[in-house]
Amino acid sequence: MRGATHAKWAAGAVVVAMAATACGGGDSGGGGGGDGSGVVRSSWGDPQNPLEPANTNEVQGGKVLDMIFRGLKRYDPKTGAAKDMLAEKIETSDQTNFTITVKDGWTFSNGEKVTAKSFVDAWNYGASLKNNQKNAYFFGQIEGYDKVHPDSGSQSADKLSGLKVTGDRTFTVKLTQKFSTWPDTLGYAAFAPLPKVFFDDHDSYVSKPVGNGPYTVDSYQKGSQMSLRKWDRYPGDDKAQNGGVDLKVYTDNNTAYTDLTAGNLDLVDDVPASQLSNADSDLSGRYINTPAGIIQTLAFPFYDSDWNKSDSDKVRKGLSMAINRKQITESIFEKTRTPATDWTSPVLGEDGGYKSGLCGEFCDYKPDEAKKLVKEGGGIPGGQVKIGYNADTGSHKEWVDAVCNSINNALDNDKACVGSPTGTFADFRNKITDKKMTGPFRAGWQMDYPLIQNFLQPLYYTNASSNDGHWSNKEFDSLVDKANGEADQSKAVKTFQQAQEVVRDNMAAIPLWYQNGSAGYSDKVSNVALNPFSVPVYNEIKVN
Amino acid sequence: MPEPQAPEPPSGRPGATGGGRAPEDGAIAATGMGGAMDLATSEGAALENQPGGPLGTGPAGKPRSLWSDAWRDLRRNPVFIISALVILFLILISIWPQLIASGNPLSCDLSKRQQSSQPGHPFGFDGQGCDVYTRTVYGARNSITVGVCATIGVSLLGSVLGGLAGFFGGFWDSVLSRITDIFFAIPVVLGGLVLLSVVTSNTVWPVIGFMVLLGWPQISRIARGSVITAKQNDYVQAARALGASNSRMLLRHITPNAVAPVIVVATIALGTYIALEATLSYLGVGLKPPAVSWGIDISAASGYIRNAPHMLLWPAGALALTVLAFIMLGDAVRDALDPKLR
Amino acid sequence: MGRYVIRRLLQMIPVFIGATLLIFLMVNVMGDPIAGLCGDKACDPATKAQLSKEFGLDKPVWQQYLTYMGNVFTGDFGTAFNGQKVTELMSTAFPVTIRLTIVAILFEIVVGITLGVVTGLRRGRPIDTGVLLLTLVVISVPTFVTGLLLQLLLGVQWGWINPAVSTEASFSELIVPGLVLASVSLAYVTRLTRTSIAENKRADYVRTAIAKGLPRRRVITRHLLRNSLIPVVTFIGADVGALMGGAIVTERIFNIHGVGFQLYQGILRQNTQTVVGFVTILVLVFLAVNLIVDLLYAVLDPRIRYA
Repeated sequence: MRGATHAKWAAGAVVVAMAATACGGGDSGGGGGGDGSGVVRSSWGDPQNPLEPANTNEVQGGKVLDMIFRGLKRYDPKTGAAKDMLAEKIETSDQTNFTITVKDGWTFSNGEKVTAKSFVDAWNYGASLKNNQKNAYFFGQIEGYDKVHPDSGSQSADKLSGLKVTGDRTFTVKLTQKFSTWPDTLGYAAFAPLPKVFFDDHDSYVSKPVGNGPYTVDSYQKGSQMSLRKWDRYPGDDKAQNGGVDLKVYTDNNTAYTDLTAGNLDLVDDVPASQLSNADSDLSGRYINTPAGIIQTLAFPFYDSDWNKSDSDKVRKGLSMAINRKQITESIFEKTRTPATDWTSPVLGEDGGYKSGLCGEFCDYKPDEAKKLVKEGGGIPGGQVKIGYNADTGSHKEWVDAVCNSINNALDNDKACVGSPTGTFADFRNKITDKKMTGPFRAGWQMDYPLIQNFLQPLYYTNASSNDGHWSNKEFDSLVDKANGEADQSKAVKTFQQAQEVVRDNMAAIPLWYQNGSAGYSDKVSNVALNPFSVPVYNEIKVN
Repeated sequence: MPEPQAPEPPSGRPGATGGGRAPEDGAIAATGMGGAMDLATSEGAALENQPGGPLGTGPAGKPRSLWSDAWRDLRRNPVFIISALVILFLILISIWPQLIASGNPLSCDLSKRQQSSQPGHPFGFDGQGCDVYTRTVYGARNSITVGVCATIGVSLLGSVLGGLAGFFGGFWDSVLSRITDIFFAIPVVLGGLVLLSVVTSNTVWPVIGFMVLLGWPQISRIARGSVITAKQNDYVQAARALGASNSRMLLRHITPNAVAPVIVVATIALGTYIALEATLSYLGVGLKPPAVSWGIDISAASGYIRNAPHMLLWPAGALALTVLAFIMLGDAVRDALDPKLR
Repeated sequence: MGRYVIRRLLQMIPVFIGATLLIFLMVNVMGDPIAGLCGDKACDPATKAQLSKEFGLDKPVWQQYLTYMGNVFTGDFGTAFNGQKVTELMSTAFPVTIRLTIVAILFEIVVGITLGVVTGLRRGRPIDTGVLLLTLVVISVPTFVTGLLLQLLLGVQWGWINPAVSTEASFSELIVPGLVLASVSLAYVTRLTRTSIAENKRADYVRTAIAKGLPRRRVITRHLLRNSLIPVVTFIGADVGALMGGAIVTERIFNIHGVGFQLYQGILRQNTQTVVGFVTILVLVFLAVNLIVDLLYAVLDPRIRYA
């Protein structure tokens, strides 16, 4: 019965797809043919913040920034490796002082030259407290940040003392401590250069951003649509392969998906979970599912003494072994997640520090072992695990219920684990920052830049910005410090992996799964790919 | 304050209401009997078919009260008996779900996710691999408690406040109606997140309380409108002229004639409250996991309507049956209270 | 009559203040909204403090409320967290929602009342049972599912409509969304009309009208329907507000950027300015509709008078 229904819908979708092909040419967005002038119609969500590079911390705004800005470095859309973009060279001898030379010949789309000052001004703006930039902490390693962005009170300086323009195309950066892989962080959007108009006429910038990337903003109706067009005089190698991109705001990705199957849209990233099982047949294979730098974990409230006893690690390990990751990722997530076997992400690659199987048997489903370990660890605190999550975004209920059922089945107790939803994301975050969680809670980490450091230090270093469980371990901290001071990349990675082993031995957080990015596309476009940040690589899309 | 006016028909003078009631000069039209006669005969037939008319009552006995007459009518109405039996059955399985379901609604096996019916599992499995039959049976308790209690609470509070506002009019009408307006303004999502997120209780009562708090304005409006109409009737005016007390007029004359729209709205609302419970659970402020209810299962199944419609079909079917039973019950009660049918 | 209307208009003032205060307090009780702005990461304390200051959240609630109300009277409804003016959001959301609501109300009036009259006159006949079954389906199947199925069927399979409504959201695009939005209310309107019709069918004035030999159509529309409409009009009036503010599901399915969506977003992000701004306008709509409904009572039943 299930198969039959399924096939019927699929057949319908094929018919529609064929109809769409037949009359495709006349459509508003599909014009242009194969000469690179066709426009891609893509789904979008309303960005949560104004489109300022240092103020955008979510994917939807990130999509636009990725199209209209190029920074010193750019992460390769396939491998994630940081490659020089506007940087001619970045030199250091001591891992603390860096000299950066900007390439010649780059301009913003309004004709203004991109100089060293474009970067320094942008970074000073981003770091400055009074500008309310939510990514200000990215500049935290630069000397003088504590003056520009003090933890309390008002700022005593407007500019980072560690930044100095030394020539038209050169500037120097002084960090507060050794950070050998710092240049690799520069591909993040927050480090983008900014044109003068951003500072002089901020309102006009916000209503129609100007950058130095392969696209320019043609029109922007807030809340409904943004039209980006190819910038013909773009000096970089990664020129747009299409005439432009129309980003259409959808409040629900289900609707975007339906519009895609009806032929009104060319690209939908983030295919809704409920459509995953039929996406492949609806779209005749025009569906991609590629790893992204996102890992989901369960963090623990280490400030709660019940969860931080000497034997508690056994309970945490036991719970980890009670979760049937393979089954959940295959059935609930339809393979858009991969069972996690370490605390990083496969997009880092072996050289970057990803080590498959580092977690060992603790991430395997072993119900008997799990039961034993939980018992040895003194049982579940309070007799019931309550997995905290927020109900308003990301449909977490389904997997939390599945994880709980898995734990309940393993421990032979149908009330051993329940989900504990919090209404809004803000409330959920408040409970976490106020240390009010009483059980494990969902923790997701989307990498800022593809470095193993980014998966470990912000999450597990004592009092780090995203160490939500407030786990603290001296051995881990000193290993991270050591790794950051290591001049040699591969040695640094090795040391980070040692630090990760400390995380494993204490089960500081239960790794659940690596998240993939998924996207479906119409037959009018080809060469669709997602980068490791699960953002579509728009400039490479070809319109047929 | 509404004033008594000349009873109608025929055309009452529109008065100072600004209401443009067109005067009826129908008396001239003596032809076209067909349609009208049809209406009249069908009505006559309905009257004759009405079971349990006053035929059996002793002619000289003390006049029965309206309510006991209604009860006599009800007992002989097959629609009432059937719906009452269904409701009794639903209440029974709410109290003892084990009677007809041997499984455990919380035991789920993800490997059976969304599989359709198979031996021992007639309704198939849901998205977590739980048995849909067992969950549908066990879901009755929470859903019916929420639906029935919220409906009763909303109807009582709403009719009392709305009825009083409509009956007395004037100042108190203004005050009550404006309070209704303010309550109407509270978005359900906001109300739920604010009022229910502080609750730690694991029972259905906070949810019911919340529904009553935000639901009464609707019934109140309807009741007020009905009472305003009913109190214009001749017999109410007559009772008033005879010096009947307010409470007597309200209870004996107005309530039976104003209750029909309230019953209609309440019986339909019962179904929507059961669904609303799911919305609240979805927002994370309704019943706390691992609670089982039809609403929760329906909303979980909604996204998978294309791939596993059976997940939706059974709990939604149970909800439909419940609503049907209450709508039929409401219809029967209304008929029984309508003296014109006697 | 004129005095009655003026009195009712004056009553809007306390309701307006009461409702805004209540909503303002409720959004405030939800807690600190800033934490939700920094993604899965904790906001650093300095930025948090700075943002609080910018949105005026560091002041006591009463002061926030007074400042807000002061601004409202000068036409400034504040700024949403994404930097957009609330008035800008309202000017894009309300026109769409008003059109959608009009379509839905028209469905309720035309389809709902027609079905109600037909079923009321033919109680117990097959058509009555058929409509009852439809009612049950509408109540027990979530709007999400009916909307989604209609969208797939009409939008994808048959290609009659576009699955998503364009930004302009013209009336013709809103027919299907309007039907979906009206579906549950249709059940109420149909059954309310049906019951009233069945009840009044036996009223004296209907007998009189029939006895006078009036044509059936005239009896039904002039006498029967008119006197049966009061509960229906009450319901529809009360429903206008619910349709305007609560069309969250319908708006999501058809990608309509209307009031329901903005309100829902505002609530989840705990943005006082958006929520209070939108609710304020909605309250004014409720009040206006209620007044109209009360005046309609007098039109429908001339015995009711307002002095």
